[in-house]
Amino acid sequence: MSLLHLQGVGKKFNGLTAVSDFNLSMESGELVGLIGPNGAGKTTVFNLITGVHKPTEGRIVFKGEDITGLRPDLITRRGIARTFQNIRLFSKLTALENVLVANHLRLRSSPVEAVIRLGRYRSEEREMIGYSRSLLEAVGLAHVAGEQAGSLPYGQQRRLEIARALATRPSLLLLDEPAAGMNPVEAQELMDFIRQIRQEFDLTILLIEHHMRVVMGICERILVLDYGVTIAQGSPADIQKDQNVISAYLGVETDA
Amino acid sequence: MRRQGLKPPGAFVRLSEAYRQQPSRWGPLLTTVIILCLVSFIHWAGGHLNPYQVRILNLIGINIGLGLSLNLINGFTGQFCLGHAGFMAVGAYTATLLMMPPAVKQMNFFMVPLVAPLRQVELPFLAALLLGGLLSALMGVFIGAPVLRLRGDYLAIATLGFSEIIRIVITNIRSVTNGALGLKGIPAYTDLWWSWGFALLTLVVVSRLIHSSYGLAFKAIREDEIAAEAMGVGLFRHKMLAFTLGAFIAGVGGGFLASLLTTIDPNMFRFTLTFEILLIVVLGGMGSITGTVIAATIVTVLKEVLRGVEAPMDLGFVSLPGIPGMRMVIFSLLLIVVVLFYREGIMGRRELSWGRVLGTRDKTPDRGADT
Amino acid sequence: MDLALFFQHLANGISLGSLYALIAIGYTMVYGILRLINFAHGDLLMMSAYIVFYGMLVFALPWWLSVVLAVLLTAALGMGIERAAYRPLRDSPRISVLISAIGVSFFLQNLGIVVFGGRAKAVYRPAWLAATIDIGGVSITTLALLIPGVTLILLLMLSHLVYRTKTGMAMRAVSRDYDTARLMGIDVDRIISFTFVTGSALAAVGGIMWALRYPQIHPMIGVMPGLKCFVAAVFGGIGNIPGAVLGGFLLGIGEIMLVAFIPNLAGYRDAFAFVILILTLLFRPTGLLGEKMAEKV
Ligand SMILES: Nc1ncnc2c1ncn2[C@@H]1O[C@H](COP(=O)(O)OP(=O)(O)O)[C@@H](O)[C@H]1O
Ligand SMILES: [Mg+2]
Repeated sequence: MSLLHLQGVGKKFNGLTAVSDFNLSMESGELVGLIGPNGAGKTTVFNLITGVHKPTEGRIVFKGEDITGLRPDLITRRGIARTFQNIRLFSKLTALENVLVANHLRLRSSPVEAVIRLGRYRSEEREMIGYSRSLLEAVGLAHVAGEQAGSLPYGQQRRLEIARALATRPSLLLLDEPAAGMNPVEAQELMDFIRQIRQEFDLTILLIEHHMRVVMGICERILVLDYGVTIAQGSPADIQKDQNVISAYLGVETDA
Repeated sequence: MRRQGLKPPGAFVRLSEAYRQQPSRWGPLLTTVIILCLVSFIHWAGGHLNPYQVRILNLIGINIGLGLSLNLINGFTGQFCLGHAGFMAVGAYTATLLMMPPAVKQMNFFMVPLVAPLRQVELPFLAALLLGGLLSALMGVFIGAPVLRLRGDYLAIATLGFSEIIRIVITNIRSVTNGALGLKGIPAYTDLWWSWGFALLTLVVVSRLIHSSYGLAFKAIREDEIAAEAMGVGLFRHKMLAFTLGAFIAGVGGGFLASLLTTIDPNMFRFTLTFEILLIVVLGGMGSITGTVIAATIVTVLKEVLRGVEAPMDLGFVSLPGIPGMRMVIFSLLLIVVVLFYREGIMGRRELSWGRVLGTRDKTPDRGADT
Repeated sequence: MDLALFFQHLANGISLGSLYALIAIGYTMVYGILRLINFAHGDLLMMSAYIVFYGMLVFALPWWLSVVLAVLLTAALGMGIERAAYRPLRDSPRISVLISAIGVSFFLQNLGIVVFGGRAKAVYRPAWLAATIDIGGVSITTLALLIPGVTLILLLMLSHLVYRTKTGMAMRAVSRDYDTARLMGIDVDRIISFTFVTGSALAAVGGIMWALRYPQIHPMIGVMPGLKCFVAAVFGGIGNIPGAVLGGFLLGIGEIMLVAFIPNLAGYRDAFAFVILILTLLFRPTGLLGEKMAEKV
């Protein structure tokens, strides 16, 4: 059984069709790329999977359970985490606090216990702080744990967003253009990093990325969207040869 | 927990140790000393200060509690609500009707008799206050359930609308509230022990909640609702938590106020009342507990000082006419000036902590308060 | 049900509704452009009423001159408020501007108390305005006819301004997309000032007619109409001028009918608007004629 299964998923915004008849099955451990020109509907696919938008058509099944139209926080609880194309950190909170927030969904103590600081709450909090620190350590941000997230350099913010997503302990991670705004060297480093966390955390990853070379290098399988329609899918080699893709996408952005 | 394989940068251990929260060793001791000072001050004040001064101190205590409850909703959770007057009204009326002796009730309700079940009730102060708070919290659930989905100014206007509806209903159900005539002769139970106990307890509860994982969830919602939800924070549940707790505290505060003033009427609970508490929150800093405490003190004292401006003044050789309305002119100007020029208010989102006071290192302002 | 009585109430409702409409337009125009509930809008109406009052009684000006003066001064005041209290916050969180607007509203009310005194003042109403005309068994005061008439004329002028002039086009452009309008070379600051002038002038006329309708004024006179007209604007679809007019009329008529046909609820008259507000926000947040605005992620 596949981990994530999207079947005939579509989304219209007041008449504008952002995504139509989108089908995707992901097996555990896969790393799939989602590419396409700007406005193709990639982010919308993420928003549909994570419940930010309700699909107008189709079904989304995760771990055998229909999650179509479920509330975003409940979907996150079931094991899907994401980053955002335009970084959405809690910019006034510290790096550590950003990661801590993502642990909150596992907290079992009630607000009353949290106020009274009973033993259970204390130990839960200790565990959360410990785990968050080790995540920051894992993404190389331990030294800025106390800094305001909004004041960090761009690259660190990207990493922090990934650490925050990891703190929800997802099995599926959705990354929306994580290398946007990076130079090729930084982008390559980031991809190495993604490969590493995938190993480390047993992740299945769906990746939107503009840097073609990078996507081709890291993904086992690629889907190409254009005007909401899936115009091609297959291995990186197949995609590179695909005539539709070349005219729709590669023709425009030869090598970003 | 999964094992981490990535190597941390060299500086990691030391720097993260520096970050790790080390509450000042003197913190708990100093807190105890402060509380002891407060207790002995209240003890002393009871016998030495005149009733007017005591009244101001009482108002400060109540306003601290009220300010904190509004700050919990508006400042920490970022849900800009303008319905506090309504919650206070619910708490004040409930507590009053429950604690007022039957004889006094009979004197109040000379136009329309009070409904039977309430006629004979006379509960102890604490029970009346708590029931007032609970009814107000219930009202919070009832109001919050539909409106907390709204954002920004829509939420503000909807809560203001509900607050007005509450006031209008109170004006109209004369057989329960005595309508526009209000209620007089409320037992004057509120003293410094009660009002400052209320302030202190609210301070401890709000501050502990804010510094817990729940508080972090509140702040995440304030910063970015979509990101918070994507990180598994249930928006509705947490907004509701802040909102109902705020409503509860406001209701209890309303009860204290009723017993301090010994008379209430629906006009007291107009938008102006919410405005005054909003002023405290904005002046102190939206999202700062110590800021609210400081601002509640300033605003309460200022309000009393400016009372002089509104009353006619006799300087011996010349007598100046009072200028009614001047107080609120100054308060509204104060609010505008703070928003325009000192957007952060007195404290911003910072807190005064022992570490900060004593000059010891404390890099985490938000988590640094040890109450 | 007596038909004549029904029309009597309807006429009354239309008269009140046209006042609401006039004031609601100012809210909707400002909200359309700045996404701000201009809390002080209702208090402008109070200012205008007082200016006419003082113009006629204290300075013995002819009524028409007082009215012109009131409209001009109120418009200037509206523009000044935007300059002083809203513009510096253009790039701040919207809540800051809202707080500033609340501050300005309380400032004007209490300035009113300081300057004009807190007691209500009776407004002189010429006899011909109070005279009643009988139309098929429905007796209507001249004033109740005059109010919708004036509103209609102002609405025609406004629609010409908004839909037929360059400035109006610029206003609509700024309201649709602030940043693009700026990029296209529209002087956004000027358009915003102009919007405040227009909205405030309408509120000024509304205030004068309000004062004539309830022939007395006091510094808090703008509070309830202010809140209710905001509700009217939301009900009709905020940012949408025809919506505000529709909302104003429906609210006015509804309020009068409620009191007329369910006298038991007369005490809840002022709550009616807030109930409408909450129902609108819950079931049709875009209002009757408004368009949907979704947040992009
Ligand atoms: N919330 C929304 N409301 C209306 N239209 C939207 C919304 N989100 C996305 N769209 C539209 O859907 C299309 C696809 O957008 P998006 O998924 O962001 O593209 P991509 O991520 O591939 O660049 C675009 O035309 C965009 O304008
Ligand atoms: Mg995108």
